[in-house]
Amino acid sequence: MGADAAPATPVLEVENLSLSFGGIRALNGVSFAVQPGSITSVIGPNGAGKTSLFNSISGFYKSTGTVRVDGKPIDHLHPPERAKLGLARSFQNIALFRGMTVLDNIKLGRHAHMKTGLLDALFYFGRARREEVELRREVEERIIDFLEIDHIRKAPVASLPYGLQKRVELARALAMRPRLLMLDEPVAGMNREETEDMARFILDVREEWGVPVLMVEHDMGMVMDISDHVVVLNFGQMIAQGTPREVQANPEVAAAYLGTGDVADLRRRVAAETRLPETREVA
Amino acid sequence: MRIATAKETYAADEALFDTAVQRVWFAILLAALALFPFLADQYWLFLAGLAAINVISVTGLNILTGYTGLVSLGQAAFMGVGAYTVAVMEARLGTPVLLNLLGGGLVAAGVGMVFGLPSLRVKGLYLAIATIAASFILHFVFANWTSVTRGVSGINVPPAAFFGMALDTPFKLYWLIMPITVLLLLGAANLFRTRVGRAFIAVRDRDISAEVLGIPLLRTKLTSFALASFYAGVAGGLWAYFFRVVTPESFPLLLSIFLLAAIIVGGMGTILGGILGAVFMTLVPEFLKLLVGFVTPVWPDAAVHLSPVRTVVFGAMIVGFLIFEPQGLAEMWRRTRRFFHLWPFKT
Ligand SMILES: Nc1ncnc2c1ncn2[C@@H]1O[C@H](COP(=O)(O)OP(=O)(O)OP(=O)(O)O)[C@@H](O)[C@H]1O
Ligand SMILES: [Mg+2]
Repeated sequence: MGADAAPATPVLEVENLSLSFGGIRALNGVSFAVQPGSITSVIGPNGAGKTSLFNSISGFYKSTGTVRVDGKPIDHLHPPERAKLGLARSFQNIALFRGMTVLDNIKLGRHAHMKTGLLDALFYFGRARREEVELRREVEERIIDFLEIDHIRKAPVASLPYGLQKRVELARALAMRPRLLMLDEPVAGMNREETEDMARFILDVREEWGVPVLMVEHDMGMVMDISDHVVVLNFGQMIAQGTPREVQANPEVAAAYLGTGDVADLRRRVAAETRLPETREVA
Repeated sequence: MRIATAKETYAADEALFDTAVQRVWFAILLAALALFPFLADQYWLFLAGLAAINVISVTGLNILTGYTGLVSLGQAAFMGVGAYTVAVMEARLGTPVLLNLLGGGLVAAGVGMVFGLPSLRVKGLYLAIATIAASFILHFVFANWTSVTRGVSGINVPPAAFFGMALDTPFKLYWLIMPITVLLLLGAANLFRTRVGRAFIAVRDRDISAEVLGIPLLRTKLTSFALASFYAGVAGGLWAYFFRVVTPESFPLLLSIFLLAAIIVGGMGTILGGILGAVFMTLVPEFLKLLVGFVTPVWPDAAVHLSPVRTVVFGAMIVGFLIFEPQGLAEMWRRTRRFFHLWPFKT
């Protein structure tokens, strides 16, 4: 457990998680927890197993070990049931539905919480109409306004630039009634300004929605800036965890990233990449 | 050009026909459909009935293949299930028409779900092959379960009776077929305003992430199969009343291919596409026949020489669509509409 572990029940607990693909050990006995209201980041070199970790938590990969949400084991649950519990996520390679508008993509996130059945849907009477209009209002007022995507709500997602697509993915995750927001590389491929916007949204989600965040990210500047807790993976193994400061000071982490033990160099590189001073105040 | 309309409520923005102009057009269309039987002769009423039956079946297939991304070559066989169910209910039990049609739809839906089970494991071409199995197995059942289906001789279906009146002409049947077609089309359009339709599209676009986002794959795919087969079953039931005899050869694999071609020509994954595709596939061969008829007075041998050409022309038109308008007739319609909305500012 990290130094910042609180006595409250963690939102997510991962215990001794292991996963193999043929001969590759993608995850090897990984254990950590996400505390309520925190931003936890998972970092590690390419191929370290970060996405595999997310997919295991989502139930898409069948791993061994235990995953608990709010103290309850969820290992027997299928992915859709885990989604319903509030494990809301975005994907490393944007996974929007190209045949739908922005609005429909976002609405889709609420699927598991809606009750409209086939007959209701065919007649679009009573429950179907009520649920759809209610959902529309909530999506408009709580999500679209919040993420500043009013201007594209009716646009087909395929026509949007990359940065906006990532934002729509965040919107869809928010529509899932998140208990935990899991973001796989939310700012990969973004320019500086887009990165700052995204960092601000992530912090705002935590503040305004009270939703903790678990995030995989390669942008060290952003990770060190907004995380409360950092978990470091290398070759499927957790080699360190702690506050951003502790992790930065850890020689093993530096070695994993550089292939050498040159800690000073890593510190310099992290310092050079560190930006977003303004977001620290917001946090 | 059309003036932009501002909407006051979310409910208004979620409406099926969201502008007054659209509602007026829809009313005009309904009026035209209601007037048509009084203006058309037997031949055109026959074609209208056949086209409407095909529209229902194609719309069902469009839900499955166009919207959910599950390619099926079993649609005709599921029409057969509906047709036989209706034939048996009508000829043996004498139950009311609407109940028979509902029965045909439900039995077909059940059978469709069973044959949809492989869709959890296979997709694309492999699923298409798996659904061909439905065609063969069901044909075998139709031909050999003689105590129910009377084997190869088939079942003669008495005319549908509605409040004591026998619906035995295309004119009378029109009033049964057309309202059902309109209702089923509205149902399909409604579907895609709700979570059920969104789940279908999500499964088509990315089934793996859809699951992680809370959409149960098996359930969604089977729902789509059930619905597509329900539409096929009702269409098959109407077919039984329309042709009044059902045999194992009534619903061949070729018909499934015809239905699949209709959604491709019309436009996959749009309700309008299913309608246009079915009408096109039903009527164009007839138009070509008429065309041959026109030249017969000047060229008496036309029928002999042009009939094979007719088939080739029809085939060439389908290929032309695949190459030049892969999005189908629905996309051509949208482009035309856009042109008039923007005209004369942008052409
Ligand atoms: N579906 C799969 N089948 C086989 N091997 C896989 C699969 N998914 C991941 N792997 C392997 O597991 C290891 C971890 O991959 P993973 O995608 O989790 O890394 P990552 O930390 O997310 O990397 P990146 O930073 O590049 O996104 C890699 O060696 C990868 O090749
Ligand atoms: Mg990854």
